[in-house]
Amino acid sequence: MENVYLAIVLAPLIGAIVAGFFGKTIGRAGAHWVANIGVAISFVLSLVVFKHIIIDGAAPFDGTVYTWMVTDGIRFQVGFLIDELTAVMLLVVTFVSFMVHIYTIGYMQDDDGYQRFFSYISLFTFSMLMLVMSNNFLQLFFGWEAVGLVSYLLIGFWYKKESAIYANLKAFLVNRVGDFGFLLGIAAVLMYFNTLDYAEVFQAAPAMANLTIEVLPGTQWSLMTVICILLFIGAMGKSAQMPLHVWLPDSMEGPTPISALIHAATMVTAGIFMVARMSPLYELSETALSVVLIIGALTAFLMGLLGIVQNDIKRVVAYSTLSQLGYMTVALGASAYAAGIFHLLTHAAFKALLFLAAGSVIIAMHHEQDIRKMGNMKKYMPVTWICMLIGSVALIGVPPFAGFFSKDAIISAVHHSHIWGAGFAYIMVVLGVFITAFYSFRMYFLVFHTQERMDEHTKEHLRESPKVVTVPLILLAIPSVLAGMFFVMPMLFEGLFGNAIHVAPEHNVLGEIGEHYTGVMSYIAHGVLELPFWLALAGVGSAWYLYVKRPELPEMFKNKMLWLYNLLVRKYGFDEFNDFFFAGGARGIGKSFWNIGDVKLIDGLLVNGTARTVGWLASKFRHIQTGYLYHYAFAMIIGLVGLVLLFVNQAP
Amino acid sequence: MFSDLPLLSLVIWTPIIGGVLVLFFSKDDQANSARWISLAFSVLTFVLAIPLYTMFDTTTHQMQFAEMVPWISTFDVNYHLGVDGISMPLILLTAFTTVIVVIAGWEIIQYKTAQYMAAFLIMNGLMIGVFSSLDAILFYVYWEAMLIPMFLIIGVWGGPNRIYATIKFFLYTFLGSVFMLVALIYMYTQSGSFEILDFHGLRLSLNEQILIFIAFLLAFAVKVPMFPVHTWLPDAHVEAPTGGSVILAAIMLKLGTYGFVRFSLPITPDASNSLDWLMIALSLIAVVYIAFVALVQQDMKKLIAYSSISHMGFVTLGFFIVYTIIENTGTTQGVALGINGALVQMISHGFVSGALFLCVGVMYDRMHSRQISDYGGVVNTMPIFASFMVFFAMANAGLPGTSAFVGEFMVILSSFKANFWIAFAAATTLIFGAAYTLWMVKRVVFGDVVNENVKKLTDVNNREFLFLALLAVAVLGLGLWPAPLLDVMNATVDHLVIQITQSKI
Repeated sequence: MENVYLAIVLAPLIGAIVAGFFGKTIGRAGAHWVANIGVAISFVLSLVVFKHIIIDGAAPFDGTVYTWMVTDGIRFQVGFLIDELTAVMLLVVTFVSFMVHIYTIGYMQDDDGYQRFFSYISLFTFSMLMLVMSNNFLQLFFGWEAVGLVSYLLIGFWYKKESAIYANLKAFLVNRVGDFGFLLGIAAVLMYFNTLDYAEVFQAAPAMANLTIEVLPGTQWSLMTVICILLFIGAMGKSAQMPLHVWLPDSMEGPTPISALIHAATMVTAGIFMVARMSPLYELSETALSVVLIIGALTAFLMGLLGIVQNDIKRVVAYSTLSQLGYMTVALGASAYAAGIFHLLTHAAFKALLFLAAGSVIIAMHHEQDIRKMGNMKKYMPVTWICMLIGSVALIGVPPFAGFFSKDAIISAVHHSHIWGAGFAYIMVVLGVFITAFYSFRMYFLVFHTQERMDEHTKEHLRESPKVVTVPLILLAIPSVLAGMFFVMPMLFEGLFGNAIHVAPEHNVLGEIGEHYTGVMSYIAHGVLELPFWLALAGVGSAWYLYVKRPELPEMFKNKMLWLYNLLVRKYGFDEFNDFFFAGGARGIGKSFWNIGDVKLIDGLLVNGTARTVGWLASKFRHIQTGYLYHYAFAMIIGLVGLVLLFVNQAP
Repeated sequence: MFSDLPLLSLVIWTPIIGGVLVLFFSKDDQANSARWISLAFSVLTFVLAIPLYTMFDTTTHQMQFAEMVPWISTFDVNYHLGVDGISMPLILLTAFTTVIVVIAGWEIIQYKTAQYMAAFLIMNGLMIGVFSSLDAILFYVYWEAMLIPMFLIIGVWGGPNRIYATIKFFLYTFLGSVFMLVALIYMYTQSGSFEILDFHGLRLSLNEQILIFIAFLLAFAVKVPMFPVHTWLPDAHVEAPTGGSVILAAIMLKLGTYGFVRFSLPITPDASNSLDWLMIALSLIAVVYIAFVALVQQDMKKLIAYSSISHMGFVTLGFFIVYTIIENTGTTQGVALGINGALVQMISHGFVSGALFLCVGVMYDRMHSRQISDYGGVVNTMPIFASFMVFFAMANAGLPGTSAFVGEFMVILSSFKANFWIAFAAATTLIFGAAYTLWMVKRVVFGDVVNENVKKLTDVNNREFLFLALLAVAVLGLGLWPAPLLDVMNATVDHLVIQITQSKI
């Protein structure tokens, strides 16, 4: 199997290299073939791995590919850990990636950067696979930053657009803030464990549960808490948790396929994956879990609210992604790692579907993204319409669609959790259900129902997208419907993840919940009696009432609660604050350091000042040398007299 | 088959002889011959340097390829050469960079081509001489002699304000070195020899050590350069021709940090121990303060120059974090990681900063401007160049998979063992390094074409592609597989750790 693992990562890499370096030679068709075949190979082999590890129950593989370096007695290696968690992630990543690769053929067909685009998305797939397959922190960090690089390149893909190159710089820098914490976390791991290998670290971790570290003088903090929070800061950047979420909405400046692939389905879930992978560490620190829980709950609720006021079709979906990432994070905080990964999986399917469907709408609308200028699109785009509907009901959690199972599991898990902050988180995620349903169906109704608001020219050209676009939609719609039913029991309650995820007995909320269910049907029966399901329906109903039945009402509400509306439109002011405080502040500090420190003090005062002083002294001393012989003679006589007097006095 | 040859002498004197030879082709119509001869000699030097790596014994810290000839016997001065795991990679880097610089100057230098090439070839030999000298006087001679070609390169082929820059450069570096000479002579009076290895074993009181340490610090800090004696570097870079900037950034700065690791640490370990707070503070100022300064630069070369200073802060941090680690953890575990990281950073920085200066040079040759505001949307007219530029910018931002990540990663990891907040300050480079580099890239490379001049740009030619590609391969290769470099250094560094942790009082 080792060759299979190697082939999974190398196939897309080769695709990326060929499409990138030889794009001109092989042409557009050549590029999309090589990239698609590369990812297809990865996908098929991931299925093989899935069967091998999960269905056949083979033992996890943990092995080295090559030794990166050896120094100070520490081996830094590149290697793979293929266990149940990896196998699931492999499937998610390669499947969505493959769909997006196909879709791109249609979406980008008129773009000049066609080959470049394929090169980037294949490179992304490679990096993401390196991340999820890693067996050590070093390679994790490599994958972590490499997906960040590709994200940067792809957000700025249309480099002529000022908004795009602003967004990609912002995305990279905000992610770097997260990586900063992440790297310190890795440094802490190395310091105490003297290895970066997962297996060794996890094995040694329980013995270190009571160690403390003095970060601030005079305080003793639990080592595990410090490590876990530092690592989580990395996850906050990559998985866009507040307050490091600001880059994700702006990342929508990139082409839609990558919004689906990178900024919804895969890269942004890297943080979720990482925390789940580190479950043996997180289980040792309830403080860290509480932090994770609360950050996730805030993100889930507050970011969902912002989705309500967005009018750009992609931004609605983007805020929805933020909110759903919050849900996954909440699951992690409640120690329901499996539920988090389960939601990651279902979310990957339906959110990729929603983004690609949105992209399909955007193509039809000639790159108009404002939902206020759409309406009644169901008439023109039946396939896209149905797919979007499936994605939406899956997202809001209507049984038996995929999102229902995973979201319900998260909410129940939080409900059962006893960790500090769980009560607050429960309220947030339950309210979030209503909001999710409301903004999703607000968008859905405004785009596909209500009257047609587009201009005549656009209307004439409205038609369903070509097959390369709709087929991936359909293929993604299938798991959006089925994945929940299919995976709910094995993943959550029957131990599909085996030993890949570690949960301490006192945190085992999923175990508690599992006692109530006998199978999928009982899960559904239970779910429809619970509050969240009815809140979701209420959300849909409200959206219908406000935007279909009484479309004049939203405007009225807006005027009545203008302060709230403004708060939401300004996204709670995070962007303004960051621009003013961090970006402006850094430039201000830089300018003053430069002007006062380097220019005035060091160069002005010390360097050139010394030169000037020497020059000034020389100009004074120069006057002594007048050139008149009698001046010199006089000085000599004075000197002689002085010396003689000295000697006379010294004489015994 | 090379084992009988005096390899080190060959790598030192081949380029110097080549340089002198090239001077015979200094007529204008002989420029092409001068170029080809220079290329031949620079490549030959590099090829001669390769056996230093392939035949290197990685199991020992002893000096290898040693050569010893009495030179001034009255004062016991010898022509004594030898390399260990610290100096050998630097020699390869020097020889490699010189090849790049010769190619980079090919058509660009029309004025006194032969002299230009000769200056670089001679400097190549002298710099290798510095790295391979085991005799303090020999070291000092190479060290000072090297200033002359650099002085000429900036002074003759430099920009409009070159006289100010050269004088600043010369006075700064010369002033520092004089103190070093005093220290060397003092140690001669104590040990009766100018052998650097004898100095290593010399017992010195703490006061002596501190004075010697400070004398060395003055010499080396200027070269690195460390805050607050760094302001000559941006000026020198701005005025220097591209090749001069490349050598300055890639090799000359390394001489300072090489000095620390060859002289300061092993000769004055107790002084290093008691003054390490100063070195750590200055290193962190370089990493943080200079990063802020880099952020607001308007001139690309100045920006990269400041970025260099900031990245060199990691080298000095990695060297002097040692004692804090031992104090904090009680073991030497992590010490070698920091020193190795610093050494990797030296090599990597040679590639990355050299490449960035070359990138600026490529644009400067077309636009005759280094001002960021004159550019914008270069990717539209120079797509291949833009790919290189973004790649090297990412390397400068320390992206994993590039060489720059390796050293910074190691230094940050080891500084965490010393103190959380030192690691914290050092790790801010992740944010600031990315900020100043990528903000520049955004303004220069991306965007729509901003003016007619950018519209007229043509993409890199084969020659430019060649040197950028060579550097890209080096950056990527070292980033993906640093093991070969570490294998060479480990034994030497482990020995160094023993040396610097043993008190000499």
